Amino acid sequence: MWKWLHPYAKPERSYQLASTLLPWFTISSIIVLIIGVVWALAFAPVDIYQKDYYRIIYIHVPAATLSMSVYMAMASATFIGMVWQLKLSDAAAAAMAPIGATLTTIALVTGAIWGAPSWGTSWVWDARLTSYLILLFIYLGIIALQNAFEDKVLASRAAGILTIVGAVNIPIIKYSVEWWNTLHQGATISKFEQPSMGDDMLYPLLINLFGFALMIAALSIVRFRNEVLARDSMRPWVKELVAKECK
Amino acid sequence: MHFSNFADFIDMGGYGFYVWLAYGITFGLLLILTLSSIFKRKSLFKEINAKQRRDEKLQKLRAGNKNHEP
Repeated sequence: MWKWLHPYAKPERSYQLASTLLPWFTISSIIVLIIGVVWALAFAPVDIYQKDYYRIIYIHVPAATLSMSVYMAMASATFIGMVWQLKLSDAAAAAMAPIGATLTTIALVTGAIWGAPSWGTSWVWDARLTSYLILLFIYLGIIALQNAFEDKVLASRAAGILTIVGAVNIPIIKYSVEWWNTLHQGATISKFEQPSMGDDMLYPLLINLFGFALMIAALSIVRFRNEVLARDSMRPWVKELVAKECK
Repeated sequence: MHFSNFADFIDMGGYGFYVWLAYGITFGLLLILTLSSIFKRKSLFKEINAKQRRDEKLQKLRAGNKNHEP
């Protein structure tokens, strides 16, 4: 039933698929993000308690949520790469690490900026903030390990062990606001309960979440193609591609 | 539209500094990531192309040497 997937284990086929998908993700992410950001900044109503600076939520929440989703995607790719020795899933994991690190940085910085007017402080060592800072360090460690070895197979194995072990931090971040008494508030959007914000505030947030996800997909594809090219640089198909482009 | 004029929009009810700083840093970082990902592709192409030229030259040299052997 899933046999049609097999040819995509070939780097060439996957590269072609990535190239076909890239423009769609790029265009749709730009459109959705523009709609979401304009709605968030100019059309969403003002919050009674937090005034206009609550608008930081529209980038803080998508960045924070998706930084953890990217981590889980990266950990899944790493696991598949380790079990089935697929070079392509190593390439996918290596492609996603810098994207996750950037999102984590964005969530930390926007959180600090948001904290200044709302909490009166930019940083506290509470469970949510501390566990999330550790996520950034894990991302940086993974990127450092990936670049520490000339041999990509060895590099992916070393970075992969840290990726798998570091995955334990993700549920800790997610449930930190429930397990411990934190300054950080609980989840705003939940799958099972009514979200704790009004619809006209919620829609731009959902649109931005979707836009960020599309943008992450586009960036992952760009970086995935780079990783595949670097790993297959001695193969005839890459040589042909380069010769065609560099003429 | 929530704001009545453009100045109000920039001012963000007195919190413009926080809002625009957060959005500026976010999209600044995302732009840097995007550009570095695109330039990485260009430098990879250059690198692979240079290596290819080197290999071709070496092969030609080797072939040439063989012809001149007595």
